[in-house]
Amino acid sequence: MTAQVEPMSDPVAAPRTAQAPPSSGWMVVAAKEFADQLLSVRFIVLFAILGLAAAFPLFIATDRIRELASDVSGAQAVFIAMFIVGPQDVSLFGLDFTVAAFVGLTAPLLGIAFAFDAVNGERAQGTLPRLVSQPIHRDAVINGKFASALVTIALVLVSVILMISGFGLLRLGVVPTGNEVLRLIVWVAITILYVAMWLAFGTLLSVVFKRAATAALVGFGVWLLVALFGRFLLNLVLAIVYPIDTTLPAAEQLAGYQAHAFLNRLLPPTLYTEASTVLLNPSVTQTSVPATLGQLDQAQQQIPTLLSLDQSLLLVWPHVVAMVFVTVACFAYAYIRFMREEVRA
Amino acid sequence: MTNGADQPAPIVTRGLTKHYGELTAVDALDLEVQRGEIFGLLGQNGAGKTTTILMLLGLTEPTDGSARVLGFDPAHDALQVKRRVGYLPDAVGFYTEMTGRENLRYTARLNGLRGEEAEEQIQAVTDAVELGDRIDTPTGTYSRGMLQRLGIADALVKDPEILILDEPTTAIDPIGVVGILGLLRDLVDDRGVTILLSSHLLVQVQSVCDRVGIFAAGKLIGLGTVPELASEFGADRARVEVWFEGGTAADAKIRGSLGAISNVTAVAPAATPGEPWILTVEPATADRTVREAVLAAAARDGLGLTAIRSVSASLDEIYRSALHGAGLAA
Repeated sequence: MTAQVEPMSDPVAAPRTAQAPPSSGWMVVAAKEFADQLLSVRFIVLFAILGLAAAFPLFIATDRIRELASDVSGAQAVFIAMFIVGPQDVSLFGLDFTVAAFVGLTAPLLGIAFAFDAVNGERAQGTLPRLVSQPIHRDAVINGKFASALVTIALVLVSVILMISGFGLLRLGVVPTGNEVLRLIVWVAITILYVAMWLAFGTLLSVVFKRAATAALVGFGVWLLVALFGRFLLNLVLAIVYPIDTTLPAAEQLAGYQAHAFLNRLLPPTLYTEASTVLLNPSVTQTSVPATLGQLDQAQQQIPTLLSLDQSLLLVWPHVVAMVFVTVACFAYAYIRFMREEVRA
Repeated sequence: MTNGADQPAPIVTRGLTKHYGELTAVDALDLEVQRGEIFGLLGQNGAGKTTTILMLLGLTEPTDGSARVLGFDPAHDALQVKRRVGYLPDAVGFYTEMTGRENLRYTARLNGLRGEEAEEQIQAVTDAVELGDRIDTPTGTYSRGMLQRLGIADALVKDPEILILDEPTTAIDPIGVVGILGLLRDLVDDRGVTILLSSHLLVQVQSVCDRVGIFAAGKLIGLGTVPELASEFGADRARVEVWFEGGTAADAKIRGSLGAISNVTAVAPAATPGEPWILTVEPATADRTVREAVLAAAARDGLGLTAIRSVSASLDEIYRSALHGAGLAA
């Protein structure tokens, strides 16, 4: 019997090429994309924009941090104050010129800039049919591109933060406490999460819109609307449709303020700003408007204290969850759209 | 264990159907491609060739019916199919700022090839498509034909059991085409690769394909080797090509002499000197007597005949006849 058996390859035999574990596909994509990112123009733009953030403590906050430091005489968290102190009485669209505010403003922009052409760029180059006919899952394409963009932005962000910290140490002689370092690390983590959220949104745009230019326009339009004019427009609209009558009893006024705060939090930048304020300023003990008169009383009688990190984290936990949710939702929709799409040259 | 004869065909479709809204792109396709053959999908633009290929690769889901590629269902086991099938898309694109070699390296990595093994494989496929030194220049500088060659190299990097090529010779110059077709033949003969290619360039399909499927409006209206198809669709016709000295100068005289020969139903004069006059012969069996009559006429009338040959039914004619038979004449 065995003599007649020909050494023909079985149709269900292993492929001739080495069999890669299917999970590593996204890593190959990520490695290639990461190499591309580092050589791209947008990497230089990214460095320039986030580098600007470092200029705040260097040129603007230096004087104020001195007076601030002498005011609080070491009790406050002076080191992280570098990130939330800006020149007095200067603001643009209600945003302060602080490191935290600047990073919060530009993070969405960077997220969109690094993702808006993720999938439709491949389509435009004619490389998408080749890419999806390789033995990788389709989500590996999205995941790999997302991971490489996130790592790139995170690297630059961390190096800029380190630059600012180093400047604080050398020039101002501000030495961080362990607690402050932890707060800073958590703040960076949440900032990266915020960037991830906008990256996911940008990726979604790159799947939905066939042309990169359209995706970029829509993305930047949303950024402009949400990050710059969002709060301004929302409050304008709220003042008309849901005005708070100051002649009403205090309890009803409070309800109105609560509703306003809730609607404001539907804007992701509000989530990030609140989270970032709580984390970088341990004297902030609440993010929400008091729900009852009793709470308002309590808040007014409260002795100013500094929160420990875990208490601050507890305060911003809902914000983190909301940002994770938006990220996951964008991803889920991008997956669904991309998986079922027919990829034609 | 099975032997070769019992093995299922590497590509099998049963009632494969794809609708786009009202439009039926592929209509209940039954197709079998045998191991180690070059199968040509022939059809006009929009006949459903590319859609069929996409379904075989799991890049789009069939509306109805099923396909088996090397025993796997592409709709559910796309990864297994993609490991074993090299695909050259129509209008293939590459990362323009990367060199050809870097592009191929990326594909190799995506297929789990690393290091030395990958580099050797890349060099081998580069040599096979004769890209030479240009492999190390950015693909943004490549001509369309070079991109096409790189595309074939790219499909070969994973050392596939099946090659699916969508319009592989479009945009390649005539000499390049001969090289590419020769390469495909070698792949089949030396490595036992099975090749499915689609084309609307009939002459090329005819010269390289073992079997041909004629596609029109999503249906397979003809299937077989070129001679088989000839007897099915173009049975009654043969073609004789005749070259004359000086070409077209003596038009009327040559035309008169050739037209007078019995069984010649049409005479197409040479467009330029050096090209042949083409005689259509019906029935095909009269081919020999027509050739002899042409020789006699040339000697009698002093036409300055330089060469003569008979050509078996061309795929071109078969194709038109098949379309006509299916009521789909273009």
